[in-house]
Amino acid sequence: MNKFLFPVVLFLILVVFLAIGLTRNPHEIPSPLVGKTAPSFNLPLLDDPNKRLAPTDLKGQIWLLNVWASWCTSCAEEHPLLLELSRSGKVPLYGMNYKDQRGAALDWLARQGNPYVATISDSDGRIGIEYGVYGVPETYLIDRLGVIRYKQIGPMTPQGLKDRILPLITELQQ
Amino acid sequence: MKWILVFATLIAFEVCAKEAQPFAHDAVLEKHVLDLAQDLRCLVCQNESLADSHANLAIDLRAEMRDKIKAGMSDEEIVNFMVQRYGEFVRFKPALRVSTIALWFGPFILLVVGLVFLFVHLRQRAKKVVGVPLAENDTRRLAELLGADNERR
Repeated sequence: MNKFLFPVVLFLILVVFLAIGLTRNPHEIPSPLVGKTAPSFNLPLLDDPNKRLAPTDLKGQIWLLNVWASWCTSCAEEHPLLLELSRSGKVPLYGMNYKDQRGAALDWLARQGNPYVATISDSDGRIGIEYGVYGVPETYLIDRLGVIRYKQIGPMTPQGLKDRILPLITELQQ
Repeated sequence: MKWILVFATLIAFEVCAKEAQPFAHDAVLEKHVLDLAQDLRCLVCQNESLADSHANLAIDLRAEMRDKIKAGMSDEEIVNFMVQRYGEFVRFKPALRVSTIALWFGPFILLVVGLVFLFVHLRQRAKKVVGVPLAENDTRRLAELLGADNERR
C-alpha cells in the first residue's frame, strides 16, 4: 500500500500545479509600471491635432487611459463596455490611439461611438513603448498624483471592471 | 502579343513584391542590435526573441534599440530600459534577485534533495539485505553442497 501511496501523492501534487497553470493567462504579465508615475507625453489630439494633451493636465483627477486602434479586433469587443462606463460617469476615460491612421481611427469612433473625453494620437507607437504596451487594448488606471494604479492587458470585461477596477477607483476617491 | 504577355507577367511580379523592411545600412550596428535582441523576449510571441520576431512591436523595439545604441547607451542601459517597461519577463536570462532565487537555485536544490533521498534509501536497503542470517539446516546444506562440489573437482 505504502509503495503506491508515494507516487500517487506525487502525481496529485503535479496535477494541482498543472491545474493552477491552466487558469493563468501567459499574456498577462504584471507591469513594472504599476505603482510608478505614468510616463509623460505631450501628444496631439486625434480630432484636433493642433491641441495637445499631457498627463500633467489631468493631475488631481482619477482617470483611465485606454490604448486602442481601429485595426485591433478585441478593441471592438470591449467597446460597448467602454461606452457604458462613459455613460455612467464613474470615471473619465481618455483614449490613446496607438499606431493607427487618423482617418481610420476617426471613422471607427464615428461608427462605434466615442466613449472618450479626449483621444490622443500616438501614431508611431513611441509613447506606447514608454507605457510598455504590447497587446492592444490595454487600460491604465491613473490616480490624482499621476501614479499608475492598475493595468489591464487585453479587453476589459464587465466582471473585471466590477470586481477590480471600480472598487479600486472607489478606494482612491476616499 | 507575346510581348504584352511578358510585360503583364512582369507587372504582376512588381505588384506582389513587398516593401523592404527598414534595415540599418551599418552591418556592425545591426549585428550589435541583433546580439542584444537575442537575449530579450518578444512579448507578442513569447517564445521568440526580439531578434527573431516579425511582430510589429519587435520591429519597433529593434528600431528603438538601434537609436539608443547610436545615441551611445550601453547594453546594460538598454536592457534596463526594456525591463523598466515590460518587466523582468523580457530577459531570457533573468537577473539574480530575491524574486528569482527559486528560478536560479530551485533545480540544484531539487537535485540535492533527490541525491539525499537516493542515498538514504540505498543505505536503508543495504541494511535490510545484510542482517538476515541463514537458518541452521540451510548452513549445513550449503556446506554439503560446497563440499560435494569440492570432492568432484
